[in-house]
Amino acid sequence: MNRNYELMFIVRPDMVDEDLNKLISTLESSVTSAGGTAKSEVWGKRRLAYRVGKFNDGIFVLMMIEATGAVVHEVERRLRVTEPVIKFLTVRTDEELKRLDKIKKIRDSKKKASAQPAAAATAPVTPATPEAATETPASAPV
Amino acid sequence: MAEETKAPSAHTGASGGESRPERSGGDRPERSGPPRGARPGGGPGGPREGGRKFFRRKKVCKFCVEKIEAVNYKDVRLLAQFVAESGKITPRRLTGVCTPHQRRLSRAIKQARNIALLPFAGRAQ
Repeated sequence: MNRNYELMFIVRPDMVDEDLNKLISTLESSVTSAGGTAKSEVWGKRRLAYRVGKFNDGIFVLMMIEATGAVVHEVERRLRVTEPVIKFLTVRTDEELKRLDKIKKIRDSKKKASAQPAAAATAPVTPATPEAATETPASAPV
Repeated sequence: MAEETKAPSAHTGASGGESRPERSGGDRPERSGPPRGARPGGGPGGPREGGRKFFRRKKVCKFCVEKIEAVNYKDVRLLAQFVAESGKITPRRLTGVCTPHQRRLSRAIKQARNIALLPFAGRAQ
């Protein structure tokens, strides 16, 4: 039962790149070893909206994790003890993704339904068949 | 734009009262307490205002129009449009956002505040 999570954390700004990468890879490996996938992107240094523990800016890192809740719990625990990490936020995103998928499907099916009569009305057999042929592969990657 | 039938009236009473009928016109079931008794708000113009229509230009929900489905805490620029200078979330009657989107928006703003992308109070730098 893998769920999708988005974990964003802020690291103190005076941290070097290699240490940051080491930290990220440690976290990622802890996720993958427990049977999940993790993908991270570093947003870079940004100004914080308010002071967090004596810092006015920080390095933002976003991690997309697909794992069980226990794994994420473990990652959060690690973040809490890691000294350079000053703030983190985990958001569960699988319900949101499900909803977005549903909406996309409804929109796509509506588009297909409105395109079909147009294709049929347009015309004689020859242009219609290649049109129908291009129609189906276009809707396939849903 | 068709509903913009406001006559440029100079009554201070009228401009002060604008906020109230606006409220009852916008969210229909909710705040029906004060406006119902005091002013004939919501309906097409009260006789007190000299036949002036109460409906302001119907604000449309930005999310519904542009079909933005996902309101993420990460797009600060979008969220900052719905936050006042003081950092407070602007009410729905001023921005014209529909209820489900306002709920999602407010959730996203609170998440953004927690992760220091938006301030809790004070100017967003």
